[in-house]
Amino acid sequence: MLGSTANGLFWMFRQLERSENTARLIETGFRMALTRQASGQNEWASIVRTAGCEPAFKERHKVFNAENVIDFLLRDPDNPASVLCVFKAARTNARSVRTALTREVWESTNEAWLALQELLAKPVEMSELPNVLGAIRKSSALVRGAWHGTALRNDVFLFARLGTRIERADNTARILDVKYFVLLPSSAAVGSSLDNVQWETILRSASAARAFNLLYGGESSPSKIAEFLIFNQQLPRSLLYCCSDSTRILEDLSRMYGQPNKALDLARPLLESLQAEEIGSIFKSGLHEFLGEFLIKNNAIGRQIEIDFRFNE
Amino acid sequence: MFFNELQSDDGKAREPYEDYVKWMKSRNLDSLRDKSQEADEFFRRTGITFNVYSEEKADERLIPFDQVPRIISAKEWARLSKGIEQRVVALNAFLHDIYHDQEILKAGRLPQSLIANNEAFLPQMMGVEPGGGVYTHIVGVDLVRTGKDEFYVLEDNARTPSGVSYMLENRETMLHMFPELFSNINVASISDYPRNLRRSLSQCAPPACKGQPVIAVLTPGIHNSAYYEHAFLADQMGVELVEGHDLRVVDGRVTMRTTRGYTPIDVIYRRVDDDYLDPLNFNPESMLGVPGIFDIYRAGGITIANAPGTGISDDKALYSYMPDIVEFYTGSSPLLNNVPTWRCSEPDSLAYVLDNLEELVVKEVHGSGGYGMLVGPAASAKEIAAFRDKLKAKPEGYIAQPTLALSTVPILTEAGLAPRHVDLRPFVLVSPNGVDITPGGLTRVAMKEGSLVVNSSQGGGTKDTWILED
Repeated sequence: MLGSTANGLFWMFRQLERSENTARLIETGFRMALTRQASGQNEWASIVRTAGCEPAFKERHKVFNAENVIDFLLRDPDNPASVLCVFKAARTNARSVRTALTREVWESTNEAWLALQELLAKPVEMSELPNVLGAIRKSSALVRGAWHGTALRNDVFLFARLGTRIERADNTARILDVKYFVLLPSSAAVGSSLDNVQWETILRSASAARAFNLLYGGESSPSKIAEFLIFNQQLPRSLLYCCSDSTRILEDLSRMYGQPNKALDLARPLLESLQAEEIGSIFKSGLHEFLGEFLIKNNAIGRQIEIDFRFNE
Repeated sequence: MFFNELQSDDGKAREPYEDYVKWMKSRNLDSLRDKSQEADEFFRRTGITFNVYSEEKADERLIPFDQVPRIISAKEWARLSKGIEQRVVALNAFLHDIYHDQEILKAGRLPQSLIANNEAFLPQMMGVEPGGGVYTHIVGVDLVRTGKDEFYVLEDNARTPSGVSYMLENRETMLHMFPELFSNINVASISDYPRNLRRSLSQCAPPACKGQPVIAVLTPGIHNSAYYEHAFLADQMGVELVEGHDLRVVDGRVTMRTTRGYTPIDVIYRRVDDDYLDPLNFNPESMLGVPGIFDIYRAGGITIANAPGTGISDDKALYSYMPDIVEFYTGSSPLLNNVPTWRCSEPDSLAYVLDNLEELVVKEVHGSGGYGMLVGPAASAKEIAAFRDKLKAKPEGYIAQPTLALSTVPILTEAGLAPRHVDLRPFVLVSPNGVDITPGGLTRVAMKEGSLVVNSSQGGGTKDTWILED
């Protein structure tokens, strides 16, 4: 397969994943705004920070309120991280790798884009927001579903999955990082209802609230939540899950191509260090530092993949 | 009067349309209109769009599709095919000759100046033996009909004809919307085209090819107006779709950058013009091509389809000599008519053209896509005056033809069926084993009442084209 095709696929699936995650972030913020009055500004600010576009937001808006943040993250054509722009980029990538996609995958991507364009043509009313966010999540799920149902299990498939995993690990780490202060044991209002709401936000942002309750019997604590999102081997959005899957994919590619790749030399140590860690010591040495380092290493793997597999000349 | 292909003047359906008209009369108009919408949605969902250069915002547009098929009888088609084959054989012989011994010039059948002063003539191609001996692997001959038995070739399109994806998708759409029609009427299948294209390209593999030929489609990129088609063809053939930046010359071969390294390509179906193909040999500014590909081509390391330099046969001044060319190389008189053409480079012709602009169609010698042409009968006095100045300033840049009475086939409008002018582009594959003409083609239709311009860039639409089988 062409290096540029691998590039297009890898990014198409990163962008689909990202659009879905941004939609989920907005949903969480919206929910928070519904359930409590105080510190709404902080909540929206932390969402913009999680999406990684605080400076751009501040250039355009003064206040972190629902209206501004939702518009900025959903449909601002000048914000490259808005769902509209990210999905458009995904669809452009899909067009450029059209020959690597099945008809079902291309059509679901194209249809989703046409629908989103219409939904996001004008500012979204609050009453419409849940529908719009639902449509975004559905779009990405539809493409992924079509992909799983129809794609050949060859390297094309692997690069798409690799993009999803790298992006997902990045997103989960960001969610945790922005919220790490509420997970710290030293946090002031330990055990208060405020905390419970905050914790739930984190779980919801990672689409993991139900799974958490299922596995931990509804008993939440900062260290359990962090442990769950970092170490759980069954949660498809946990750092460990994403890392072990991308390592496995890189091993498959190495076997398939009969040649080693350097990305694997970066992925394996990251996976091993995760496997050797436990939540207690992370809290001791600093969750923020841990996540910061993880984000850097995860990104480095992404960049190395682009080099190893000749994404660009 | 214009020849109406569907019915004669007394309102009776013509023979090829009899079954279709019978079927249509059993339908109600509203349900047919619903089908039109269904087709639009299908095209949009599938992303069968073309890009328009001039419109920055609406960057992807649908080509209007009309559901009333254009139907041609088996007998008519047999006659047309013979004529097309003769013409395409002559074109390839001409290209071989013009890039080798130039017998036709020596014989005085063509003026030297036609070749010598022609931008589309590539001196670099002199003496080059293309893979499989074929110059025009893919041809899309434009035909128009003016009467029951009168067909004219309007253009030969031997460079990089587009539209074949519409031929195939239009049929898919029709099969999807009206399956019952196809079980009642015996329509020739066209679905083999991608397979035939692949086979035909494989048969032209270069000497350097070992084993199964590796084929790729070269596109200028996703912003090109025909990008959809490039991706479609690569997809249907099961070959890679590449851009210039995917390719580079390695060890005497043109290779593509894959995730495992550089892999040689044997045959490249390029949808990039000659001039942009190789910045080292042609336009140095080009970012779309591959530096050095032409040298590899000359050395037999790759087959380029269509061959560089075929553009000369699309030259509209050369077109006017096609009857001579056909006769010179095939030894028989042309089966298909050429449109009478005035070469404005000749003073007598220019004078005639200037006197009769209101009645003529004037085209740029190197133009295509319906850009830069004057349709006299449809133009305002002001437009004609402006064109007159352009013509006087550079007469050798133009040819003129009578305005042909293009036949009509109805389209479905809000008010019911209404006749619109059409042309026809059948697609022809040439390989060392011969000429293969797909029984069908792209029917382009002027959607505006009275308009004679069918180009999609000028608002034309398309129809499914049926060749009936006996």
